[in-house]
Amino acid sequence: MKGVRHYPGFTAIALGCLLVLYAPMIVVGIYSFNGSTSLTTWGGFSLRWYADVFTGEEAERFGMATWNSLTIAFMAATVSTVIATAAAVAMVRGGRFRGKAGTFALINLPLMVPEIVIAVATLIFFSTIGLETGYLTVLIAHVTFCIPFAYLPISARLQGIEGTYEQAARDLYASRWQAFSLILLPLMAPGIVSGYLLAFIISLDDFIITNFVKGAGMETLPTAIFGSVKQGLKPNIMAISTMLLVVSILFVTLSYLINRRGQKTLVQQGDRA
Amino acid sequence: MAARRPGERSLLVPLLLPTWAMIGVFMVLPVGVMALYSFLTREFRGGVDWTFSLSAYDQFFFDRGLFGDEAPRLQWAYISIFWRSIWQAVIATVLCLLVGFPTAWFIATRPARSRGVWLFLITVPYWVNLLIRTVSLRFLLRDTGPLNQGLMSLGLVDAPLPVVNTNLAVQLGLFYSYLPFMVLPIYAAVERYNFALSEAAADLYASRWTTLREIVLPLVKPGIVAGCLLVFVPSLGAFLAPDLLGGAKTFMIGSLIDEQIKGSQGNWPFGAAVAVILMTLVLIALVAYARSVTRERSA
Amino acid sequence: MKRLLGAVALSALASAAQAQEELKVYIFFEYIPQELVEKFEAETGIDVTVDTFDSNEAMLAALKAGRLGEYDVAVPGDYMVEILRNQGLADTFTPEELPNFGNIDPQWIDVPFDPGRTSSIPYQWGLTAFAVNRDVYQGPIDSLSIIFDPPEELSGRINVLDSQGEVLALASMYLGIPQCTQDRDQLRALNDMLQEARQHWASFGSDTSKEVLVSGDAAAGMIYNGFATKARDEGANIEYAFPKEGSVIWMDNVVLLRDAPNRDNALRFMNFLLDPENAGAVTSYAAYQAGVLGAEEFTDPAIRDSPENNPPESVNLGDFVMACDETTQATYDAIWTNLKQ
Repeated sequence: MKGVRHYPGFTAIALGCLLVLYAPMIVVGIYSFNGSTSLTTWGGFSLRWYADVFTGEEAERFGMATWNSLTIAFMAATVSTVIATAAAVAMVRGGRFRGKAGTFALINLPLMVPEIVIAVATLIFFSTIGLETGYLTVLIAHVTFCIPFAYLPISARLQGIEGTYEQAARDLYASRWQAFSLILLPLMAPGIVSGYLLAFIISLDDFIITNFVKGAGMETLPTAIFGSVKQGLKPNIMAISTMLLVVSILFVTLSYLINRRGQKTLVQQGDRA
Repeated sequence: MAARRPGERSLLVPLLLPTWAMIGVFMVLPVGVMALYSFLTREFRGGVDWTFSLSAYDQFFFDRGLFGDEAPRLQWAYISIFWRSIWQAVIATVLCLLVGFPTAWFIATRPARSRGVWLFLITVPYWVNLLIRTVSLRFLLRDTGPLNQGLMSLGLVDAPLPVVNTNLAVQLGLFYSYLPFMVLPIYAAVERYNFALSEAAADLYASRWTTLREIVLPLVKPGIVAGCLLVFVPSLGAFLAPDLLGGAKTFMIGSLIDEQIKGSQGNWPFGAAVAVILMTLVLIALVAYARSVTRERSA
Repeated sequence: MKRLLGAVALSALASAAQAQEELKVYIFFEYIPQELVEKFEAETGIDVTVDTFDSNEAMLAALKAGRLGEYDVAVPGDYMVEILRNQGLADTFTPEELPNFGNIDPQWIDVPFDPGRTSSIPYQWGLTAFAVNRDVYQGPIDSLSIIFDPPEELSGRINVLDSQGEVLALASMYLGIPQCTQDRDQLRALNDMLQEARQHWASFGSDTSKEVLVSGDAAAGMIYNGFATKARDEGANIEYAFPKEGSVIWMDNVVLLRDAPNRDNALRFMNFLLDPENAGAVTSYAAYQAGVLGAEEFTDPAIRDSPENNPPESVNLGDFVMACDETTQATYDAIWTNLKQ
């Protein structure tokens, strides 16, 4: 039984794959605790660069950028999750209808078009309609490209819920709204939470589109990091990166665990993408 | 699917309207405006004149010499930028496939319980900021970085391996950025593979590798094609890896567009035209993919 | 003086009527110290709004897209001042309108982009040439050949600014041909020389030009002099060069914009910036040089006395990057694309 499944070398490659994926992040994580000002010499374990993030000369800039990133991610994830939930209900429970394939393509469009194309198109569009680039334009762009990321887990979850629940509720004279809010919504909850968290992370991490539509002066965390990194990779950047890394991993783990409760792993949604 | 009651259909439009509106107005329409922009006349020193012109595409495809007065020949400058970007993306895709397939196979042959954990481990890096991952990779690979210092202190090499600012660094960066995209779809395909087929082949004295080539690969091909596409498309327009790892020595599609839109040249119609050409290439790849999937299914 | 009194009286009246005097400034981000803005507000009672841009071209695009008439002054680079003037986006003033006009360093009055200073005043200026890591190369560095025809030790380890204007201007100086030349043989020579030179280059980067020298990724690199000071501060053993062929001089300037809604306030602000103490405060913050007589006294000594900011007396400072006409610019664009294709 094991024989046909086993290929020599595949195990080594899989382990090597993990090593390649994690090595750079681990190295940066380790060096963020370096007590030395120099990047390459080890000066003992220290938390000074973490303190520097909050008190150093760039603290104000990064504080502002973090605030922008978090508020934008919060709003973009919220709005896109609501939109995606409505769309998922229509797409999964709506049966066959005209324009379904088109709508499906539309939802997935942000995943298909290269980011740089979306970035240029969005910038040209805002400039043409005379909307000044800044916080608002970043928010609009984020809501738009977050929709498919919120949609995928939600629709995957919904596909796993049989229609009989709502039907039973309706047979018992529940109104349409009651059947949705009392029966379907709680069942969908893990998918919705998962979609929300993924949208949040996607918004928090976006660089290319944000960099095009943000205008001068306004920064999000990734654009602020990019600006700093170009001036030199300093230990405080490694500390910020490590913190962002931990936040990302926390969110994804949370999303994974919540979703697994409903027997749907992240990955099964991933392969529908 | 549950039988629908009359009237349920009326909800479709209000439920889908926000999606149509958001993506329609802020993605489809902008792409349309961008396409329109690529046919406008560039004003000297930024800005556009709203008169129709093919000059952006003319600049892309025709070379009229250094002084613009020679007979037009095919323009190699931009084609070679595209060609180089495509080539980098192809190499990154092949690297991803060579590593991603065995990894996906390995995961799919684990006991069901540990598969989830493995997949989780493969997915996590994707959710970590791409910028941070690229910067980390540069830090690891640079001449004075931990990898080279480690190799030198072990006496394996005398001088630092020159990796940063080379094409190899860009390919490694792309490989590293998009590897999970390759593993996931292949895993999904391998997971559905019926291993009884391999056993049957083994019973008929097929070697492991013959089985892989003749039986497994054709069956998991849709997963492989999907994975290749998911790596190839974002690699093509990648911006961070060439800029941070490749030293920006030569234009890639991403940096060429960036320079036209945000740089000193301020040539928006040309930047828009390059973006339109890139999008056209991607659409062709997607349509080819969709066709191959339909053919597989009908076969 | 009478005029000024008149202006002050007028603006006092206006402020009584309008309740709040305003000024809108358009400037590179992180380029003016907040304390200085507050000082101006306290001295004059004018409420200042500072908007920022991240490139000269972005500023031009915004003004052309209808933002003209919203801002009173903008602070663009040298060649952009010429473009603003040529496109009729700048207003003019007379020296009498600025009591501190006489504080402008005479060498920056008759500048090619605004001869006689009728629309702009100096804000900060500096030089762009290159710096060399002295651990790697100990030979003479008084020529641009270090970048364009480098010695063996430096070949393959050079970073070049990712900026068409500066690279082509320095390359022209190296070849001894005028900028924006229309002579085809000279332009071909420029193209050929750069094609040869690029083989010696490791990377292109402007924002990264300091980092590559500090980290050792590059052993020599084109760099702005103020940036070289910072690289040295961060521990790089580099020496900034003043090549004999000349450097690129750059200067950011405060420009009085056309249709400025608060023209008088704009002039008061420009006059304020020409005060040596205030010019010194800007310099201490931005770390370049002021172009205002007497500002040195009020400048942070570490910035004022750095070797990068004090070229030898006899050296050829070089030239500003010129704004070429459309045909020549098209050729320049083609040469740049060839370089990076």
